[in-house]
Amino acid sequence: MADNQRKVYMIAGGVTPFKKINFNDDFRLNVKHSLDYALKDSGMKTEDIDGSVSAYFSDHLQGQLIAGAMSNDFIGLAGKPSKRIEGGGATGGLAFQTAYEEIASGTMDTCLAYGFENMSHVGTWRGNDIIALGSDASFDYPLGGFYTAYYALMATRHMYEFGTTEKQMAMVSVKNHGNAMHNPYAQAPMDITVEDVLKSPVVSSPIKMLDICLMSDGAACAILASEEVAKSVSGKPVLIKSIGSSSDTMRLADRPFGKVPLLPNENDSMYRDLKYPGVHSFRAGRLAARMAYRKAGITSPEKEIDFAELYDAYTSAEIQAYEDMGFCPYGQGGKFVEDGRSMLDGDIPVNMEGGLQASGHAIGATGIMQAVYAFWQLQETVHKHLGSNRLQVKNPQRGLIHSHAGTGAYEAVTIMEAV
Amino acid sequence: MGYGRLLKIDPVVVEWNYNIEYRHSYAEDSPFFMALGRGRLLGSKCKSCGFKYGTYRKYCMYCGSETDDIELPLHGKVHSFTTCYYSGETFRGDVPYTLVLVEFPGVDSLFMSRLFINSGEKPEIGMDIVAQFKKFQTFTVNDVYFVPA
Ligand SMILES: [Zn+2]
Repeated sequence: MADNQRKVYMIAGGVTPFKKINFNDDFRLNVKHSLDYALKDSGMKTEDIDGSVSAYFSDHLQGQLIAGAMSNDFIGLAGKPSKRIEGGGATGGLAFQTAYEEIASGTMDTCLAYGFENMSHVGTWRGNDIIALGSDASFDYPLGGFYTAYYALMATRHMYEFGTTEKQMAMVSVKNHGNAMHNPYAQAPMDITVEDVLKSPVVSSPIKMLDICLMSDGAACAILASEEVAKSVSGKPVLIKSIGSSSDTMRLADRPFGKVPLLPNENDSMYRDLKYPGVHSFRAGRLAARMAYRKAGITSPEKEIDFAELYDAYTSAEIQAYEDMGFCPYGQGGKFVEDGRSMLDGDIPVNMEGGLQASGHAIGATGIMQAVYAFWQLQETVHKHLGSNRLQVKNPQRGLIHSHAGTGAYEAVTIMEAV
Repeated sequence: MGYGRLLKIDPVVVEWNYNIEYRHSYAEDSPFFMALGRGRLLGSKCKSCGFKYGTYRKYCMYCGSETDDIELPLHGKVHSFTTCYYSGETFRGDVPYTLVLVEFPGVDSLFMSRLFINSGEKPEIGMDIVAQFKKFQTFTVNDVYFVPA
């Protein structure tokens, strides 16, 4: 199947600043701001776009159904094909992949993927409730289940299985908040220490306030195109080499205790006694990565991936993702951050612009925001878009972006390459 | 919805109450919730492949066959835990509370529940716990909870 697909390129992207509250711009105007930026950057016009994929997570947060159609008419795409993708926190990542499929299949030559969320329409506690409806409404949510608690249950088990520490989790927070200091779009740049994170209020043990991502208002967009179109625009296109996705049970309690799906750089003897995924790891992330690597011909991700945008909704989740993606073996994710390997100057920098922790998490926009940052990295235009070169990875050839829904009920992994 | 209280101008922001009566049917999972009122904790066993589920489900997710109701042992162990000091709005009055994933001997998957524990005591993985049932049924999954055995 891979052979008769057309090549797909990203040719432009834009993000709005992510903010805790933005009452001045509604979702349509946020989308327009991100699109205007992308059009200006690539020299394209709205009429060059064949159709769109819209991404937003929650009708409850939005208070407006069919909000994709409203965005389309606002930005001048009424009359063109469009669909909405929803997949929890992976909404943006999956919408980006859907736009890829529109091009790969030959349905469109140019497709806009855009995502948005306005989480400030409700307070934080109510927001927790609404997001928790993205867990089993009969068996999990009525217990007082909410997402920090679910990820905390996973983190507790990860610590038990592998000896991961709260200090290692805190290092992820320090890294991502610190990186965001150089990103003018970021919601919460912070110069903090491991002690600051450890002393922040416990939300759901072992997860503390500074281990958790933000709730944001914002939008992001990406313009994807066929090879022919990509050649005709100004600016350097980036190849979307492959996409992978997978899913898992909604309820943590239903996760099996089986064998690890191995990557080419792993073998059975590494995980003889590990019952997988249990609740310590994200099987869907591993399977999505395996699919994307297979299609991209990647056999040693730890050597062949130059940087990654990982789904750091919680610091524990970033540590788990190092392992799910095969950047290090299962159980060594804590050591991975401790050794500085995911730092800006590490061998696989992760979340250079601040991730969900500090850049922000406007749910539907997030996966597309990751694609935009990866695009600028691979174009080596970070200085142009973020005002300085501080976050630019040196000579990057290949990047990975990754997002989750639920506790990994859907996951999306996409590989992008410089051309 | 629809009648707003003015929160601010420039831009104009109104706030309204978004409140609905909602009919949530447990449908094929109803036997589980009924059994809690009789002090019984039901799981499921696949008629075809024999997989034993710690959380009730009428059809097997591995082979698609119908399952039989099974009685879960009331004694289990903590597989993982967390204590919540924040929550969703609905459970704001309950914090702090502890959630656990429970493993039962001879059962292939887990069950999520609340653990009630004396202040000063700390939950741990592997801790022996036992199911208790609410005297007055709420017809939610909270009709069962766990305490240290
Ligand atoms: Zn079966």
